[in-house]
Amino acid sequence: MSETLAAAWLIARKDLSIEFRTKTAFFSAVTFALLGLVIFYYAWDPTAVAAIDLAPGVLWIIFTFSGLLGLNRSFGVEAADRAIDGLLASPISRESIFLGKALANLVFIGAVQLIAIPALAIFYNLPLGPVALPLLAIAFLAAIGLVAVGTLFSAMAVNTRLAELLLPMLALPFFVPIVMAAAQATSRLLSGRPVAEAGAWIKLLLAFDLVFVVACALAYPFTVED
Amino acid sequence: MTVTSARTEPHPRLLEVAGLGRVFGARPAVANVSFSLRGGECLALFGPNGAGKTTLLRVLAGLLKPSAGTARLSGILLPGGAPARSRVGLISHQTMLYEALSARENVAFAAGLHRIRDPRRVDAALERMSMLDRAETPIRSLSRGMQQRVSIARAMVHSPQLVLADEPYNGLDDSGARALTSLLRELRAAGTTVIVVTHNLAEGLALATHAAVMKAGTLVRFDEKPSLDIVTYSDIYRKAVASDV
Repeated sequence: MSETLAAAWLIARKDLSIEFRTKTAFFSAVTFALLGLVIFYYAWDPTAVAAIDLAPGVLWIIFTFSGLLGLNRSFGVEAADRAIDGLLASPISRESIFLGKALANLVFIGAVQLIAIPALAIFYNLPLGPVALPLLAIAFLAAIGLVAVGTLFSAMAVNTRLAELLLPMLALPFFVPIVMAAAQATSRLLSGRPVAEAGAWIKLLLAFDLVFVVACALAYPFTVED
Repeated sequence: MTVTSARTEPHPRLLEVAGLGRVFGARPAVANVSFSLRGGECLALFGPNGAGKTTLLRVLAGLLKPSAGTARLSGILLPGGAPARSRVGLISHQTMLYEALSARENVAFAAGLHRIRDPRRVDAALERMSMLDRAETPIRSLSRGMQQRVSIARAMVHSPQLVLADEPYNGLDDSGARALTSLLRELRAAGTTVIVVTHNLAEGLALATHAAVMKAGTLVRFDEKPSLDIVTYSDIYRKAVASDV
């Protein structure tokens, strides 16, 4: 197990080093997230819909789609010059490749969230202070589920000619329960309700995370074994 | 066609391939291939495009599962998992490198996958391919030939028992080709088994203890090199590839 985690960390560190140098996916995702916020802001009629009712939906829509940009790139870097063959021909387990990729994607989505959440608070004038920590916890839990599903489907889609189209088509249906639970829990928090009231949705997120992380890690080897 | 190295050498048999086959859908890419090699032996594998040479190497590297037959590496039935993969070094015409990372980072990453933590091993691998002075250069800034040198260093950093080299001379200049030939000779002398796929008969025969011709997925020739010279083998190759075998 420790060998699997060590190899996963090595792969995650390598992916993050590449992203840190190129910054292509990160800047694309952040730009997409901020543009999304701006567009929703100008399409919003504050006299018809309260900011607190609109913000959770906006937040999770932009996280979902900006996250897809990073997930698309996750196995894209391995496809160039068949670097994936170097990974698959090495003695590390297939699960460690999945976990390493997922960890790097989690950091990527987390970084986008750290920029997008304060931006949302500014645009919609939301008092995030009192709920910042539980909101970050919900964002983290939801990101785990999104990353697990997205990493698996990124591995499946990368060898197809329509990878960038196929990934959202495969992943989005599986994202629905995660985004639904995250948006509901966020809504409760932003409305000033006690955290306990979001408890059922948080438990649902935890359950999805557990199921998706285990199922996707076990399924990943079948996507690369030929 | 079943052929076994007849030479009696101190090295035990490292690679034993028996009736190996691999199909893609209904199309057989490799069919009924059998041979064995001892430590320190080198097989030069020739054949026209689409003959199944790369597929055979990918099966031996554990990247593809055989559809028929068996291949054993040090007694481990392939694909064999981590114990088999740790014994193989794969060189391909694709570099398997990350262009945003430096030469040293790429080789160090490959070393890390093999749980090698000693940075001197990384430097030694780069030094062997005369790339130590460009170790900090990102791969994208290196010429194609230099990238191939780094790719070879990446494949050798864990001192594999079996080196599978698929057209390793592609993109190399004279100096790089000489460094590779010298490296493969050193490896052979140290007991490493090498299979090199190339279209250049002279390059292949210069290294090989055995030579084979593959056509339509099967081995149509398998010879011990001491009985061959380049002129004779050119004729043999042409006839083997042209025949209906």
